Amino acid sequence: MSSKELDLKHVHDTEFPLPAEMQGNVAVTSLSRIYNWSRRSSMWPMLFGLACCAIEMIGTAASRFDLSRFGMEVMRATPRQSDLMIVSGTVTKKMIVPIVRLYNQMPEPKYILAMGACASGGGPFKEGYNVVSGIDKYLPVDVYVPGCPPTPQALLYGLIALQKKIDGQSLANLDDVPWYGVGPSEPAPIPILGPDIIDPRQMDLIRRQAELAARGEPTYVRELPPVVKKVKAVPSKVTKAAAAAPAEIAEDPRREEILKRRLAALARKRARDAAKAN
Amino acid sequence: MVDHAAEPVETLKTGTPEDAAAYLLEKFPGAVSADTRPGFQGVIVDPAKLVEVAQTIKDELGYDFLSSATAVDYLGYGDHLEMVYHAYRISGGTALNFKAQTDRENAKLPSLVGVWRGADFQEREAYDLYGIHFDGHPNLKRILLWEGFDGHPMRKDWKEAYYEDELKPFDSRWPDGGGVHRSEEKNVFGKNVRYPADFDLAKLTDISEESLYKMAGVDVEMHAMDDGVRTDTLVVNMGPHHPSTHGVFRMIISLNGESINTLEPVMGYLHRNHEKIGERNTYLMNMPYTDRLDYLSSMGNNLGYAIAVEQLMALGPRYSPPTYRAEVIRVLMAELTRIVNHLWSIGFLLNDLGAFFTPMLYANNEREKILDFFEAASGSRMMCNYMRFGGVFKDIPERIKSMATMVNDRVRDYDTMQFLSQMINERLPRFIDEYDRYLTENEILRERCIGVGVLPAEDAINLSAVGPLLRGSGVAYDVRRAEPYSIYPELDFDIVVGKNGDIFDRYAVRMQEMRESLRILRQILPRLEQTKGEPIVSGTQAYSPRVPPGESYGRVENPKGELGYYVVSYGDDKGTQNPWRYHVRAPSFINLTALGPMTRGMKIADVVTILGSIDIVLGETDR
Amino acid sequence: MYGMGILKGLGITIKHFFATYTDEIRYGLRKYTKAVDNFQIRQGPETKGIFTSMYPDEKIAVPERFRFVPFLVVNDDDHPDAPGADWCTACGICAKVCPPQCIWIVRASDPNTGRPVPRPDEFYIDIDICMNCGFCMEFCPFDAIKMDHDYELASYDRTTVHIHDHERLIKPFSYWKSIAPTTATEEAEARGGWEHIDVIKERKKREAAAARAAAAAQPAAAPAPQASTAAETPAAADVAAPVAEAVADAPAPVVDEAEEERKKAERLAKREAALARKKAKQEGGDN
Repeated sequence: MSSKELDLKHVHDTEFPLPAEMQGNVAVTSLSRIYNWSRRSSMWPMLFGLACCAIEMIGTAASRFDLSRFGMEVMRATPRQSDLMIVSGTVTKKMIVPIVRLYNQMPEPKYILAMGACASGGGPFKEGYNVVSGIDKYLPVDVYVPGCPPTPQALLYGLIALQKKIDGQSLANLDDVPWYGVGPSEPAPIPILGPDIIDPRQMDLIRRQAELAARGEPTYVRELPPVVKKVKAVPSKVTKAAAAAPAEIAEDPRREEILKRRLAALARKRARDAAKAN
Repeated sequence: MVDHAAEPVETLKTGTPEDAAAYLLEKFPGAVSADTRPGFQGVIVDPAKLVEVAQTIKDELGYDFLSSATAVDYLGYGDHLEMVYHAYRISGGTALNFKAQTDRENAKLPSLVGVWRGADFQEREAYDLYGIHFDGHPNLKRILLWEGFDGHPMRKDWKEAYYEDELKPFDSRWPDGGGVHRSEEKNVFGKNVRYPADFDLAKLTDISEESLYKMAGVDVEMHAMDDGVRTDTLVVNMGPHHPSTHGVFRMIISLNGESINTLEPVMGYLHRNHEKIGERNTYLMNMPYTDRLDYLSSMGNNLGYAIAVEQLMALGPRYSPPTYRAEVIRVLMAELTRIVNHLWSIGFLLNDLGAFFTPMLYANNEREKILDFFEAASGSRMMCNYMRFGGVFKDIPERIKSMATMVNDRVRDYDTMQFLSQMINERLPRFIDEYDRYLTENEILRERCIGVGVLPAEDAINLSAVGPLLRGSGVAYDVRRAEPYSIYPELDFDIVVGKNGDIFDRYAVRMQEMRESLRILRQILPRLEQTKGEPIVSGTQAYSPRVPPGESYGRVENPKGELGYYVVSYGDDKGTQNPWRYHVRAPSFINLTALGPMTRGMKIADVVTILGSIDIVLGETDR
Repeated sequence: MYGMGILKGLGITIKHFFATYTDEIRYGLRKYTKAVDNFQIRQGPETKGIFTSMYPDEKIAVPERFRFVPFLVVNDDDHPDAPGADWCTACGICAKVCPPQCIWIVRASDPNTGRPVPRPDEFYIDIDICMNCGFCMEFCPFDAIKMDHDYELASYDRTTVHIHDHERLIKPFSYWKSIAPTTATEEAEARGGWEHIDVIKERKKREAAAARAAAAAQPAAAPAPQASTAAETPAAADVAAPVAEAVADAPAPVVDEAEEERKKAERLAKREAALARKKAKQEGGDN
C-alpha cells in the first residue's frame, strides 16, 4: 500500500468483517493508541551483540542507564521471544547469514535498531572485503543511531525515537503494521556464502553480469572500480558542474588509458627499486 | 664466531638473539642466512630446513615460546611471500626472529605445528589470507573467511569491491571533494560484493557449512562404549549467536554422551579486515583502529601500537623517546584498563557459570567510574585513541568537568587527582575485597571451576598461551617483566601465578592482578604529582609521520595477554608514510588454540565456562 | 561449613540491596531538585555502588573533551566584521588525516582567475563512516573543525540525513566556547585572541606596521597609538583578561609547545598547498 494517509477503507482489506454502514467511522485511533502503547512499553530486545557497540549496549542495560525504565530490561537470548533487534556492531558477510535467519525467526511485530556507524552504513570498516555496508542492505531498519560507538545515552535516545515512531503508527495503515495484511508475511531472503556473499534478490543482476562475462564483454566484476578522476583546481563553476554529474567523470573514456599508464609507471618504479635492491 | 662444539649447552640457552643467529648460521651453512635488509633483524631460513632449524631453536637455543607467526607479501620487491616467526624464551629476553620465503605462485612451506602447536591457528590464518600451503598441518582450512571464498585477500594484488586507491589519503577527498558519494553507489551490486571472472551461478553450492561439520567429524561411525552400548556421535553447534560466547564466536562440538570428543572453534564472524585497512592507512590513522581490536581495553592496544611504531622511528636519525610524564600517564591508563578488563571478564565468567548479571552489574558499576575518567581525559568512554607516537594526546585534565549543553543536562565537576586517588586508594580496593568475599568462597563457583579445563604448564607454553591463561598454569611470564617497556622496571609489583591451571586459578589470577594493578597505580599517583606540568609528548606531532624502513615487533602485556604488533616499513629508503605490513598478534585469537585441548573429555556444560575463563574478545580474535 | 561461602555472598547482595535505600533516604527529595549538587555526589566516586541517571529527564552532561561527530566553526552572527564567516581555510589537513576518509572538501576558487581561495565551497562528512576519533580537530591548524557534544542524532532514514553538508555542519564559535570553555580558552591563548588566526595575524601585522610608522614619525609618542588600537578592537580587549589569566595558570612549556605545534602545522599546510599546486600543474601537463 503506497499511501501513508490514514484511510479507514483499508481496515476492510484485512480479515475483519466490518458492516458497510460502519466503514469509515470506527474508532480505530484509540485502539491504535492502546496497541501502540502496549507494544512500545514492553519492547524486549534480543540478547545479541556483534562488536564494540554491544559493550555499550550492555552498559546501557546495566545499573547506570537502566533499560528497564523503558520496559526493555528483559533481554531474550532467543529471537522467538524478542521484539527488537539491536544490531550492535559491524555486520560482516559471514555474520549477515545468521542475522537474517534470526530476523526471520522473530515474531511480528518486530523492529530493528541499527546501533552505531558500522551497522548503519559500514562505519570505519566499510572499505573492508568482509564487511557489509549497513544492515539495511538486507533488512529493514527502523532507527539508526550514529556514533562510534554511540554512548549509552545516545542509544537511549535512539530507543526513545523508536518508541515515538511506534506511537505514530496506525492500525489502519498497512504500511505501519504490515503483519496484519492478508496471508503470512514474506521472510527476508537468506544470503548465500559463495565466492562472495550472494543476495538472492540480486540473482537477475548477477546472471546478467555473468552472461556479459561469458560473452567476453566487459563487466564491472573483477575490474578495478573506476578511478575517481582527480580534478585540478578549476574555476568553481566547472567544479559545481562536475559535482552535479559524477557519473560522467566515472565514464571518462580516458580512464582506462590513465589507469594503464599509472600501472605501467608503478611497475617500472618497482622494477627500478628491485634492481636497486639487488 | 662461536664455536658451538665447545660451547656448553647452558650458555646457548641464555645467549642473546645475535648469538643464537650466529650459532644457526654456523650449524646450518647454506640453509640459514642473515637478513641484511636495512632495519630488519634475524635470519632467513631455507624452507627445506625450516622444521629442523625450528627444532634447534626450540630445543638447543631454548626459545620455547612462539609468540607470533605471520606472512608478508613482498609484491614488487622480489615477488615472494615471507613467513615471519618471533620466538621468545619463557624466562624473558628479546625475540629471535626467523623467516622463510616462498614464491607467490605456488606458495608452500612446511608447517611448524609439530614444533610449536601454537603455530596452528596462525598458519591457518596465513593460509586463509595469503594462500600459503603448510605441508604437514593437521587441519589446514580457512579460519577467518568461509570455505569457498574467492582468493586470498591480504595479498597486495587482491582488491576489494570498494577499493578506491592504493594508499590513504585518497585524492578524491580534497581539494575537490565535490564527488561525495557512498562507495556502494559506484558498485554494480550496490553492496560490498564482487564475483570472480569465471563465476557460474548454476554451479554454485554453499560449502561453507558443510565443510564445518566435516571438520568436526560428523561422519563418524558408530562406536562401542565400555559397557557394549553402541552410540553415535552427536554434533552440537554453539553460536555465532549465543549469549555465552562473548560475541559472535562459534563452536562445533562433537559429543560422546555428555563428554566432548572434539571442539572446533569457528571464527571470523567479526573479521573486519583490520590488517588490510591498516596497510592502506598511514601510521597515525591506525591508532584509532587499534581501539577497536580489544574494545574493552583500548588504552592497552594504543600503547602496544605506539611502542611498535616508536621502535621503528628509533631507527631513524630524528627520534626522541616519550617524555617521562607521558610514560607515567601511559602506565596509569594501561593499569586502569587492566582493572576495567578484569572486572568485566570476571563478571562475564560468573554470567557463564549461571550467576546471571548480578556480579556483572556490580563489576560494571566500578567500570563506569573508570570510564568516566577515560572519557574526561581522552574524550571517549571506550574508543580512547589516547596514545601518540612519542607521548599521549593531551595531559590529563585539571578537573573532570562537564558543561550543560542540552536540555536536562546535569553537571559534574571533580578534581582529577582527587578523583583518581579516591578511586585507587579507597573505592577500588574496597570493591575488589568485597568482590573477593562475594565470590571466591562460593561453593558453586569452586565446584564448577576447580579441576575443570586444566591446562598444564608445558602445554600452555607450547600452545603459545599468554596472559592469565598462561599464568594460571603456573608460568610466571609477563611481558612487563620478561621484556620490560615504559617505566615498568622502576615499579614494584609481582607477577601473579596459579598452580593447577584450571578455571579457578585463572579467576584467582585475575582477581589478584587487579590488586597488583592497584599497587602499581599507588606508585603512579605520586609520580603524576611530581611530573605535573612537564611535557606529555616529545617533539611535535606530525599528521603523517615518515617512518624509516625496517621491521619492528612491539608487544605489551595487555589484560588478555601479550599483544604484539608486527609493523614493516618497506619500499622507500627515505621512509614510508604507510606501513607495508601491519599485523596484530592478538592474545584472544592465539589463546583459543588451547580451547580444543582444554575441553577434550570435559562435559558440555563446562564449555562456556572454559571459554569464559580464556576471556576472549571477538574484535581482537577476528580483527 | 559447606554453604558458608554462598551465604556470605548472599549477605553481600542483601547489603547492596539495602545500601541503595540508605542512600536514597540520605538524599530524600533532594534527588528531584535541580539546584543542589546532589547529582555531583551521586555520580561521584564517594557513593556506594552507582546511581541510575534518569535519562532523558536527567542527562549526564558529557565532559569537555567528549567527541562525537565533527562540526565546523564559523563566526558568530553578531560578529562586527564578518558574521558567519568560515574559519575553515580548506587546507585539507582534516581530509588527509581522517582515518576512514569520511571528509570531502571542495576548495573554493576565484571565479575570475581560477586560483584557490582559502575557504571551502562545499564540505561533507559522512557520519555513517566517521569513527569519532578526533584527529580532524587535533590536527586542524586553524581551530576550525571541532568535535560536537550533541549525541542525540538518531534518525529514521539515513540516506537523507547522514551525510552532513556544510549547512548542517556549521555552528557559531560561541557554541564551541560554551561546550568546551577550557579548551577554547587554551586555543585562543595559543592564537593570541578569540578571533580566527588569520585575523589576529593580520591585526598584529597592522599593529606592528603602525607602531613602526609611529616610531619613525614620532618616537616620543609611541604608547598613544597602541592604546587607540586596543580601543578600536573591542573583541581583543574583551578577551584580554581571561587570556591573561590562562597565561598565568598554564605552565610555560605547554604554551610554547602549542605555539610551536601550530606554527609547524601552518608550515605543513603551506607546503601541502604548494605541493598540491605543483602536482596539479604537472598533471595538467600530462593530460
